[in-house]
Amino acid sequence: MGSAFLSLLKRDLMLALRRSSDWLNPLIFFIIVVSLFPLGVGPDGELLREIAPGVLWVAALLATLLGLDGLFKSDHDDGTLEQLLLSPHPLSVLVLAKITAHWLCSGLPLLLLSPLLAVFMQLPSAALPALLASLMLGTLSLCLIGAIGAALTVSLRKGGVLLALLVLPLYIPVLIFGSSAVVAAASGFAIEAQLSILGAILLLSLSLAPLATAAALRVSAE
Amino acid sequence: MATDIAIFRGEHCLFSGLNLALGSGQVLQVSGDNGSGKTTLLRGLCTFVPLEQGQISWRGSVLPRDRDRYFSELTYLGHHEGLKGDLSVLENLYASASLSASDIKGIPAAIDRVGLQAQAELPCRSLSAGQRRRVSLARLLLSDSPLWILDEPLTSLDRHGKSLVESLLVAHVEGGGLVVYTTHQPLSLPQCDVQILKMSDW
Repeated sequence: MGSAFLSLLKRDLMLALRRSSDWLNPLIFFIIVVSLFPLGVGPDGELLREIAPGVLWVAALLATLLGLDGLFKSDHDDGTLEQLLLSPHPLSVLVLAKITAHWLCSGLPLLLLSPLLAVFMQLPSAALPALLASLMLGTLSLCLIGAIGAALTVSLRKGGVLLALLVLPLYIPVLIFGSSAVVAAASGFAIEAQLSILGAILLLSLSLAPLATAAALRVSAE
Repeated sequence: MATDIAIFRGEHCLFSGLNLALGSGQVLQVSGDNGSGKTTLLRGLCTFVPLEQGQISWRGSVLPRDRDRYFSELTYLGHHEGLKGDLSVLENLYASASLSASDIKGIPAAIDRVGLQAQAELPCRSLSAGQRRRVSLARLLLSDSPLWILDEPLTSLDRHGKSLVESLLVAHVEGGGLVVYTTHQPLSLPQCDVQILKMSDW
């Protein structure tokens, strides 16, 4: 089981290396959206600092959503999804491998880029650790939750909008606690409460999302 | 073994009351016109398509009980080969072998057997349709599962490819395996116990 997890993880990372547009596009989207704000709002440092947590978090959320559509799509199109379904290994473990690979290619680069974009937005450097911690916990949860929607819409030709409608309501708690952690840190308050809730959301989605995604994939196989 | 199965496509009933039973060393050829439900039947046997009624049993237990065991003893070759275009032949076979928990030591020999030694390192995207079919035949060779479900295994294969499929099937059946396949071209399987299931009868 462990070897199947690792080999699927390796396969997906290898595919991502050879097909860089899949993970590069959401990342470029993230950069463009955030860097447009200083231009649109104007060079007023105070205002930018005020809206920075929300802008960074909304852009990260939308970028994650943008990349989700392809999570199972190519596997569905070339028939490898059928082979996944027929594997004697538990489907939820295989799904978790795919989500992990997806996060490593989309969430992690986004996380690494966020300090740079935080400088664009004049976010005080005291809030950087909070931004990184909340994005780390948050993007993992977003990938896990979004995988359920991606699995449900995998057999639809234009499932992108439906996918957004399905998962956005579930994303809202992550967004609220994620951005409020950054806001609190920027004003010098403690952020343990927000991070604990984000951690709880992550644990909940880590335990339930792979099972739900596996069930959704079996339904979509038809 | 499947008893009394019916599959609907939306409101439309493709077939109902269909029975089939297969024992060790037996071959079942599913024949019928285009759109008669051959592929749907095979996908139903793989549990991709839900059965409207009836049940599938494998080694005495009714699915979905012991589903993992059924899956570990089943290899399915569908319309799509299940290959990643960006991965090479070797990488594809390694990935699918570890998914189906089959032996990875036999991969080079399997590639030799299907005649793709020269293409082993090429990405599958650059292979022809027939060569991609051959890669999926190599996957079949690697599996040690007794039940093979093959949907049009001859599609886009040349004459040598056809005789390769025939020899693979004969060897598999002689080893006690079971095969369910659909085809529009007759396969010659000497000394094999071939049953024919006509979709129009159901």
